[in-house]
Amino acid sequence: MKLPRPIILYGTLLLIAIVGPLLLHLTGGYYAVHVIGLIGIYTLLCLGLNITIGYTGLLDLGFMAFYAIGAYTGALLSIAGLSFWLILPITIMVGGVARLLLGAPVLRLRGDYLAIVTLAFGEITRLVLNNNDTISNGPKGLPRVGEKIQSISLFGFELRDDIHIYFLILAFVLVGILVSYRLEHSRLGRALVAIREDELAAELAGINVARTKAVAFTISGIFGAVAGTIMAHWIGFISPESFTFMESILLVSMIVIGGMGNIAGVILGVLLLVGAPELLRKFLGAQFVDYRMLLFGAVMILAIIFRPQGILPSKRRALELKSENPK
Amino acid sequence: MFAQQIINGLTLGSIYALFALGYTMVYGVLLMINFAHSEIFMVGAYIGFFILALLPGILPPIIPLYFLIIFGFALLFTGVLAVAVEKMAYRPLRHAPRLAPLISAIGVSIFLQNLVMLAVGAESKPYPETFGVAQFEFSGLHVNSHQILIFTLSIVLMVALQLFITRTRMGKAMRAVAQNHIVSQLMGINTNTVIAVTFFIGGGLGGVAGVLNGLYYGSIKYNMGFLPGIKAFTAAVLGGIGNIKGAMVGGFALGILEALSAGYISSEYKDVIAFVVLILVLVFRPTGIFGEEVAEKI
Repeated sequence: MKLPRPIILYGTLLLIAIVGPLLLHLTGGYYAVHVIGLIGIYTLLCLGLNITIGYTGLLDLGFMAFYAIGAYTGALLSIAGLSFWLILPITIMVGGVARLLLGAPVLRLRGDYLAIVTLAFGEITRLVLNNNDTISNGPKGLPRVGEKIQSISLFGFELRDDIHIYFLILAFVLVGILVSYRLEHSRLGRALVAIREDELAAELAGINVARTKAVAFTISGIFGAVAGTIMAHWIGFISPESFTFMESILLVSMIVIGGMGNIAGVILGVLLLVGAPELLRKFLGAQFVDYRMLLFGAVMILAIIFRPQGILPSKRRALELKSENPK
Repeated sequence: MFAQQIINGLTLGSIYALFALGYTMVYGVLLMINFAHSEIFMVGAYIGFFILALLPGILPPIIPLYFLIIFGFALLFTGVLAVAVEKMAYRPLRHAPRLAPLISAIGVSIFLQNLVMLAVGAESKPYPETFGVAQFEFSGLHVNSHQILIFTLSIVLMVALQLFITRTRMGKAMRAVAQNHIVSQLMGINTNTVIAVTFFIGGGLGGVAGVLNGLYYGSIKYNMGFLPGIKAFTAAVLGGIGNIKGAMVGGFALGILEALSAGYISSEYKDVIAFVVLILVLVFRPTGIFGEEVAEKI
């Protein structure tokens, strides 16, 4: 399918993304706006994770750890009295450095072993947050009684409602899309794809594999940390429960079901997997609402069986799948 | 104190080892992480729960007969369930990109958890105390009858599995499929059957581990499979994933490590320690304790 005027398509989509939630907000659909905001946060997370999984082919099962690091850094600094715009660069630093520190020793591991190490790191992060009382306040989460995470203000205007935060999130998502797009078509992006295709060949072609992987890994960690900080400021409360292994796994599912390595596919995956349970909740009616996760599981299985390459696979990957003989 | 923690560790380790076998066997033949295995474990626990609650009304209390029925049923049912999952959710994806079966395994996991939750409720249930627990004391060390049962049954099953893998035709076929699917097919092995048998055995052992877990901790819940699942998987990696002996050793090693860190360091951080060890093992010896060094194909 070749679109004659992609600009028109993307422009329309952007218009819908701006006008749709606004109309919902004005007609009193506050819950829907909240869910759309969540979709934005997950989009940011998945765009980040897509850089490691989709472009570089490194399976990461503990991405929530960096979301958590961003959220806790943001919450702690906000409680200490810093403003969001000051916290943001600090979170980016903290998230990036944490990701780099994890990446340095483990990036030479291959395939599934890397997946397992990231899984373990994700669990360690959650368990430490859960067991530590002095800094992270254990399972009770932040803020403590009497403390407050300040809301974000922009030029003196306080972003209090979901719709305000939604537009902030949308702006970050657009930046995320731009970064992903430019990355994909840059020298670095091509190097990442080369590593995914064949690490040895990439090395022989003069790519510094270790450094390139580390850069990709760090950039994706920053996406996670930024999403976490926004989330902490938006909801005003965080606890280790939000950063479970299952959440990391769901992020991976969104990317794979949508289409790995393709920005539009990733966003579609987020829309489907975050939106589906909510839509099911609405349409199943009160008596069947409990069955929605059951259906969700079944839909996930069917989706992947019928479209193992994802709904909107990246063009390059689709070609590979066609030309490559199985296994 | 030390000997007591070793005893606790061996009990815990037996459960992890049985559980880990399912992960490692499936990884061996299909190179996939079977995330639905933790739900097989959970279903096993629930089957044991219902049989234990029903049996005293049907049969006179002959303990060995009870054991046979409970573990027999749990093994059979979870084995069949695992085969059904393989057939419906994984087989259509045999030649798909590598991440695809992982996603469908997650789908299965969500599906089974919610199915059980809807069927029996979201609250945790106390395990029926049909057997009663006898306490023994040897020179200050406490051992109870459940611990003895868990340890003995696991050892028996593991020895049986080892004999099956090394001494039977099917076991040989399994090892062949683990090495190379296409060549095994050329040698006349029906790989689909072998894979189904692998899932049956792995699932069955996972189900038995679930019953043992229920007996040991005394309560079960629809999401009980998750944390032991990650740990059993850790055990499999610790021993060298794909390696059956490795999963057994890894299970016991992890159980003992966990008991010791709970006893000496901090019971809150015992899981953290388990994962830190996992990372260290993988960084310094990525193939695990028993993993074979596989030459990279170029």
